[in-house]
Amino acid sequence: MGSPTGFIKHAREEAPKRPVSERVKDFAEVEQPLSEERLETQAARCMDCGIPYCHMVGCPVRNLVPDFNDMIYRHQWRRALELLHSRNNLPEITGRICPALCEASCTLSINQKAVTIRQIELQIVERGWKEGWIQPEPAAVKSGKRVAVIGSGPAGLVAAQQIARAGHDVVVFERDEHPGGILRYGIPDFKLEKRFIDRRLDQMRGEGVVFETGVEAGVDISARYLLRSFDAVLIAIGARAPRDLKIPGRDLKGVHQAMEFLTQQNRINEGVAVPEDRRISAAGKNIVVVGGGDTGADCIGVCRRQGAAEIQQIELLPQPPAGREADNPWPTWPRILRTSSSHEEGCARLWSIGAKEFVGDAQGRLKKLRCVRLDWSAPDASGRATFKEIPGSEFEIKAELALLAMGFVHPEHGPLVQDLALALDERGNIKVTPRLATSTEGVFACGDAVMGASLVVRAIDMGRTAAEAVNAHLAR
Amino acid sequence: MPEEPDQRRCDRSGRPLPTGLYHPAQDHDSCGVGFVAYLEGKPRHSIVEQGVRVLMNLEHRGALGGDKSTGDGAGLLIQIPDDFLRRECKGARIQLPAMGEYAVGMVFLPTDAALASACVEAVERAARAEGVELLGWRKVPVDARTLGELARSTQPEIRQLFLGRGSIPAEAFERKLYLLRRAAEKTVGALHADASQFHIPSLSSRTLAYKGMLTATQLPEFYPDLRDPALASAFAIVHQRYSTNTFPMWRLAQPFRMLAHNGEINTLRGNINRMRAREPLLASPLFGPDLEKLKPILQEEGSDSAILDNLLELLVAGGRSLPHAMMMLVPEAWGGKYMMAEDKRAFYEYHAAIMEPWDGPAALVFTDGRYIGATLDRNGLRPARYTVTRDGLVVMASETGVLDIPGDKILSRGRLQPGRMFLVDLEQHRIIPDSEIKAKVSRQRPYRHWVKDNRIELRGLLAPSHIPSEDPEVLLRKQHAFGYTEEELKMVIAPMAIRGQEAIGSMGNDAALAVLSERPQILFNYFKQLFAQVTNPPIDPLREELVMSLMSFVGRERNLLVETPEHCRQLKLHHPILTPEDMLRLRSTRRPEVVARDLDMLFPANGGGKELGEALEEMFERAEKQIAEGATLLVLTDHHMDERHAAIPALLAVSGLHHHLIRKGLRTSAGIIVETGEAREVIHFAMLLAFGANAICPHVAFSTVRELTEMGMIETAATHDDAMDAYITAVKKGLLKTFSRMGISTIRSFVGSQIFEAVGLGPELIEKYFSTTVSRIGGIGLEEIAGEVRARHARGFPPSGRPARLLDVGGTYHARQGGEKHLWSPDAIGMLQQSVRMNDERLFKDYVRLMNDQSRAHVTLRSLFQFRARSPVPLDQVESVEKILPRFASAAMSFGSISKEAHEAIAIAMNRCGARSNSGEGGEDPARYVRLPNGDNLCSRVKQVASGRFGVTTDYLIHADELQIKISQGAKPGEGGQLPGDKVSAEIARVRHTTPGVTLISPPPHHDIYSIEDIAQLIYDLKSANPKARISVKLVSEVGVGTVAAGVAKAKADMVLIAGHDGGTGASPLTAIKHTGLPWELGVAEAQQTLIANRLRERIRLQTDGQLRTGRDLAIAALMGAEEFGFGTPLLVTLGCVMLRKCHMNSCSVGVGTQDPALRARFAGKPEYVERFLRFVAQDFREQMAALGFRSVDEMVGHVEVIDPTPAQAHAKTRHLDFTALLKPAEPLNGGARRCVRAQEHEVGRSMNAELLRLAEPALERREPVEVNLPIHNVDRTVGATLSGEIIRRFGSRGLPVDTVKLNFKGSAGQSLGAFLAPGITIRVEGDANDYLAKGLSGGRIILVPPAEAAFVAHENVIVGNVVLYGATGGEVFIAGVAGERFAIRNSGASAVVEGVGDHGCEYMTGGVVVVLGPTGYNFAAGMSGGIAYVYNEAGFFDTRANLDMVDLESVWSEQDRARLRGLIEEHQRATGSLRARNILENWDASLPLFVKVMPIDYRKSLERMKMGEDRDKETVSATEEVYHG
Repeated sequence: MGSPTGFIKHAREEAPKRPVSERVKDFAEVEQPLSEERLETQAARCMDCGIPYCHMVGCPVRNLVPDFNDMIYRHQWRRALELLHSRNNLPEITGRICPALCEASCTLSINQKAVTIRQIELQIVERGWKEGWIQPEPAAVKSGKRVAVIGSGPAGLVAAQQIARAGHDVVVFERDEHPGGILRYGIPDFKLEKRFIDRRLDQMRGEGVVFETGVEAGVDISARYLLRSFDAVLIAIGARAPRDLKIPGRDLKGVHQAMEFLTQQNRINEGVAVPEDRRISAAGKNIVVVGGGDTGADCIGVCRRQGAAEIQQIELLPQPPAGREADNPWPTWPRILRTSSSHEEGCARLWSIGAKEFVGDAQGRLKKLRCVRLDWSAPDASGRATFKEIPGSEFEIKAELALLAMGFVHPEHGPLVQDLALALDERGNIKVTPRLATSTEGVFACGDAVMGASLVVRAIDMGRTAAEAVNAHLAR
Repeated sequence: MPEEPDQRRCDRSGRPLPTGLYHPAQDHDSCGVGFVAYLEGKPRHSIVEQGVRVLMNLEHRGALGGDKSTGDGAGLLIQIPDDFLRRECKGARIQLPAMGEYAVGMVFLPTDAALASACVEAVERAARAEGVELLGWRKVPVDARTLGELARSTQPEIRQLFLGRGSIPAEAFERKLYLLRRAAEKTVGALHADASQFHIPSLSSRTLAYKGMLTATQLPEFYPDLRDPALASAFAIVHQRYSTNTFPMWRLAQPFRMLAHNGEINTLRGNINRMRAREPLLASPLFGPDLEKLKPILQEEGSDSAILDNLLELLVAGGRSLPHAMMMLVPEAWGGKYMMAEDKRAFYEYHAAIMEPWDGPAALVFTDGRYIGATLDRNGLRPARYTVTRDGLVVMASETGVLDIPGDKILSRGRLQPGRMFLVDLEQHRIIPDSEIKAKVSRQRPYRHWVKDNRIELRGLLAPSHIPSEDPEVLLRKQHAFGYTEEELKMVIAPMAIRGQEAIGSMGNDAALAVLSERPQILFNYFKQLFAQVTNPPIDPLREELVMSLMSFVGRERNLLVETPEHCRQLKLHHPILTPEDMLRLRSTRRPEVVARDLDMLFPANGGGKELGEALEEMFERAEKQIAEGATLLVLTDHHMDERHAAIPALLAVSGLHHHLIRKGLRTSAGIIVETGEAREVIHFAMLLAFGANAICPHVAFSTVRELTEMGMIETAATHDDAMDAYITAVKKGLLKTFSRMGISTIRSFVGSQIFEAVGLGPELIEKYFSTTVSRIGGIGLEEIAGEVRARHARGFPPSGRPARLLDVGGTYHARQGGEKHLWSPDAIGMLQQSVRMNDERLFKDYVRLMNDQSRAHVTLRSLFQFRARSPVPLDQVESVEKILPRFASAAMSFGSISKEAHEAIAIAMNRCGARSNSGEGGEDPARYVRLPNGDNLCSRVKQVASGRFGVTTDYLIHADELQIKISQGAKPGEGGQLPGDKVSAEIARVRHTTPGVTLISPPPHHDIYSIEDIAQLIYDLKSANPKARISVKLVSEVGVGTVAAGVAKAKADMVLIAGHDGGTGASPLTAIKHTGLPWELGVAEAQQTLIANRLRERIRLQTDGQLRTGRDLAIAALMGAEEFGFGTPLLVTLGCVMLRKCHMNSCSVGVGTQDPALRARFAGKPEYVERFLRFVAQDFREQMAALGFRSVDEMVGHVEVIDPTPAQAHAKTRHLDFTALLKPAEPLNGGARRCVRAQEHEVGRSMNAELLRLAEPALERREPVEVNLPIHNVDRTVGATLSGEIIRRFGSRGLPVDTVKLNFKGSAGQSLGAFLAPGITIRVEGDANDYLAKGLSGGRIILVPPAEAAFVAHENVIVGNVVLYGATGGEVFIAGVAGERFAIRNSGASAVVEGVGDHGCEYMTGGVVVVLGPTGYNFAAGMSGGIAYVYNEAGFFDTRANLDMVDLESVWSEQDRARLRGLIEEHQRATGSLRARNILENWDASLPLFVKVMPIDYRKSLERMKMGEDRDKETVSATEEVYHG
């Protein structure tokens, strides 16, 4: 706001990206910041709406978007940072990887381009890190109560921070070698460099959060130990069980779950030595990515950087339209064709495709994927559309590496879940009350473990809610 | 045998008992008033006859009740008719001593014989006790045959009482009579039976009153005495009442004992409280200990005028002269802008320390038997015209022409000017002018020295040392504890400190009522400001600022009945906002008259209601003690709040203390100063003042301004002091705005006025701490208030120790998650838009469910309503959607506030549905009167007539099925519409007849409606211009709206619209959006109950609007009494509005609320969307009807018993709400109806206009010239309007060629002569004319000349009344004489020549040319943004009295100007034969240099821009800015 006519005078300007030819050579971030002056101009486009849809319906953490936009317009960076942190513990993460639901519901996007909210958020927090404004905020008074947080993905981290700031002792148990979960291992570096996680972890350590890595709860430590040693336990183990593609040839060499592939590259980038024989490499290969979502796109970007030959991405659903359809009005999430930076780096995208069979060579190595084109019906009264295979439309995609990026089904139902005797819902997620209590007294759960795989920003929101619930529980 | 009054409803005098929402304390009255007197002082019967005739000629200013034959009241006050009484007494065997030796009382007695004798006994006993000799009683003969049913049912037994002076000294006799009357009144008042009919209209040795619940015509019929030739008097004061009281009463007829009043006292509540507080101090050597017998001085059950009469009686009996007392009670404005004698100014300043003004529109006529006087309020809001004849007859009345006086007999004609007085002295046989009266009074004591030597100026006190700024952490804690929000910092406080004025917002208020909100509310939020509508006008505090004042004296008051220099030895404050430095000065001074003592308003931070109550009690006790110890200023402070001590809400502490001290008789012993962190918004300061504070130091608000300055939020301020100054300026301006909304001019009468209504506060709380404040649905008490304080306090002092660094988000103005609840959720808007776009009724039902959802909504009162189970009817038996649609109307949204595209889409949709679209107040492009090729109709069926009269031409009026008089608007009752300069495009300026780029602020009042009888006149005007249109009046809900609605019904409106406080707006100050007006549920219920009780409901339709969203809302409105429904915001939402709330900034990004062509291009709405919404909602309404068992809306209207009075429970705060009164079923009286079943009987068809239509037939049929010669009288009103309407209807807006119809009249023309006169008609009047001449002139010509045979000098005599040319858009007027106040107000195109004008000439003018060949009053050209005026500035003082804020003065040098001016004067001379004009023209070279050209600055800029071919200029400074910073 600030300037009531900012949106009339100024066009949307997005953050620049490094040129494709340069960026595919490394794993460094693709996006670059805008100058602060230009960013302030972008903030001036915000209309400070009577009903700010960005904040009211768009943003899951209810970021006070119009307010920080106004502050940026008025050069009040530090207050803006404070405001941002009042709703979101990890703005440097959402500022990089959030699909920006806020921008989809920005009232400007009714008939022109939305305010660059995500970019503004990112630059506010980055300025804060640069200036040293972001420091540990340890609780003034300690309660002496102890909380175990299982899992260090976004939900777990945020909850841990909020609980620690309320004065409780928090131990975060993480089975991987470093905290961060999906942020660290699932998201490629060219979207989120891991140093950004590390500095936040340092802040949390400064606030008293203890990270126990390489410890798998339920395996390395027992459920009973947890219940006995802590006043509350918060499960934030994500939804790690991937959806599989049960078609012939699934067992061929060269068919992998996307997450195996992405995680491995991130580990390599961190300097972890991965033995050659266990390496999944795209170098020189033809790739097929099954699944048209964000994970699929991430795979494309990594394959490109590994030196893949040709990359094809197939999707079961039809190609979305370029703009909103009449039944998909603002401010609902637009079901439109999105092109990620990875897509820009080169790949073919095929829609309405069903995968029929992985075909391998004699050595059991993948050679191609047999596919069929689908015919989607119009949605019925309940909004459900069905598809039919188009007879005679079968074709093959040449591929030496297939990456399955079809989403996740639910959390892993390992010993922890079993030993804590946590009830599950019909989809296999951990069942919780509205206040995020599980079926076991003193045990709470949040994040993807509860809602199934979803956005980081939702995990952050739920992490905060869980912290409130745990804090309230401890205050009883 | 008179019928028994309905005992369930009223006492025997007809005074209604409080029932439902109707409360008799809300009554108002207004009327016609006048007197006739012979200077020679000899009594004659002809005076009485003339008095009666005056009354009859004022009859149209009175009103009739629901039975159509009961007058609201008429009466006559005369000298004691000695001869007549002597004769009568002889017959009754009563021995009368000589004239002057006896007194006569007019006594109303109960009809019940036993009770009557008890009253007689009481009077006689009182007489005996005072040593007054009882001479006897005379039964006054009456003839009740012509009385109306209501009057007859309460008619008292009427007798005259004769008392002898005996040995009592002559000068003491009146005081004895006063004492004995009070004693008798008190004795009767203490009787157990209902003796309410008892009343003593007069008891005096000098005057006698005949009055009753009568019409003027009935008065002499009812009292045969008045027809007796022996009944003689040298004067007669007359009064014709128009009561907005639904139950007029015999005793409230006027004149009262000393005065008759046309107007209303706006500040009554405060005046009464202050008087009650003064009573203990009263002492008078004239009364001695007897004084106690007079108490209470004021009889509070009387009308405002009656109460004023009570006080006047005391002051005069206490030794002040009548003029002196009147000058105290109704002082003229004496601010710096007025040129006046220093002694007089000092007189007023001195009295400012003694008596607050009884403020409001007032024409007062008063007498003590020797002097007959009249005075006007400071604003001149009532007319008073007089004629003096050569044989010494003086006639003064609300209108001229009330007596036929031959032209050659007239000596002079004049008018009372604002604040002026005029006195007829029957002993000196002369008229004493204002200057002489006031010079004498103001020099009778050395007031000037007294004031100079005694008043204590703040800056004269010790200068303080530097005060350090508040520690940031302490400030943060306090901000939390007082409930400051980030939103307030940005949207309320910062704008004040930046712009020096309140922030503007737009769209409606859809946030939850305080009592329904689940967030802790500050106590201020439970109150809504009341405002003036119809019975009195709001003031324009900007353009008429000169009458406003923030000056007051604070400290210890003294005995009202004596005068000493010490009376003004008080602290003089120029305004009520004190800085911390000021507080230090007050606290550290050692002056014995300024003894400031602190009272902590704190209570234990963990305390509940009990602890809060105890802390208050303790505070009250300490206050009493401090007063006893000599404190003259009590400083309530919350400065010392800390972890353990929370602040008592300042309003509670102040009001509680104020009422406590009133009850203890100590309130005038000390001033109350509040030092609070809670107050930050304008309305907070206003509330503190209205509930008793004298001054306020908002310490946290000041620190916050400082903090914001340091943060760089106040871009405009170089230093903290600049920001602070701007903030204080904003508060001051906002206070004036707040006063003016209620028609109050000065802080002295605003303090303690309690012009607020509480919503959601419980009766115990109100009674104890906010006594007599209206709170109609019960609600919370101390316990809940303490709870809310605790919740806030805990945020400032949390258990964890560290308060949050950011304040609460707020969400009151703009939605925020976790903030305040709003009716419009983003989901609801999305669903509604999608449902109408896709024509998807299922989705609409989702929207309805969301809106109605009881578990979430709870924003409005109706959300707590529950229906009682009734047997449903099948849906197919319920009347169809098509039948329901005609009951729908679009809310008035002007072309200007919304875009052309949006405005036209709504008009098309409403017309397609057979519903009503409303033009709003911005006029309408005549191109829209032509149908589109596809048959669509862009013409708004409802045309609004608002105070700005933008584009209100005859053509506009006749293209309407309904003409709507907008009195108030939910978003900003008490102020005018506002259109920011950015939105005034060339096209809009054309349609509105204004200047592009110049901000338009409509006047707060209609300048032709200052009183209830005026709205009857405007209705008559509109009906005359377009007899086919129904006339509606738009009001806003507030307590008393029912009585106003009744008045409007009596004024013959066909429909009354009760809008809720929450309606939308294109631009309005945030205070007005949030804090004024009340929910429509309260207003509709009150209107319905009052109209039914008065049998008026059956002839007026009732519409409501204000956040109506679903069929459930409509069902509730219908059950409560509404038969029509208006929609505003939802229509805009269907057209794309997503509540950006940017209408006032012209930056609506969806093209709805903007005039920016680029943004308008984004408009994506379609008429179909609006249509679908209306059909969906009608269908939803049908389903509700079916479920509730109603087959039609008519069947349903008024069946409020279907709603359960037990509110649904939302949360702890709603537990105490009580809807019993709100939902009290109003049973129609026998034969009455609960909805409109018959049309009003309009009288326009029987007026002179009907005759003119007939006479003008050759012109109408064949365009042939017609000339008509007729006499004219003041009862011939709005002459020419019907013919004008007909001409435009037949020949289009260009009418007929000049002079086709010539109407020549002789006599005194009634009000609104030549209103809306069309081209082709010329009216010439030889004589004079009343108010509103040439109202809305649309191209006709009017010539006004004095009687040919008159001997007086035309240009020295008043020939026409006030408010000439209001809203004129074209035509010419030539007036050979002087006009009253507000000449050419809002003229936007007519040319006029006049020979002198009163105050406020050319106010708000936007076009046309005015030539004034004589003197001008104060405030000429205020708010003038267009057109040109040429003023003959002979005395050279023009610029000292004019308002130069928006205009430049130039000489008339250009050839073009000279030619235009000369041409107009020549034309004037030709048309009127003016001597004045001839003299000027004959000495042209000498005269020309004396002319001043008044040129609006914006107008010149605009002309220059137009020359450069450029329509808009963003750089233009808006009018508001210009004036505020001027």
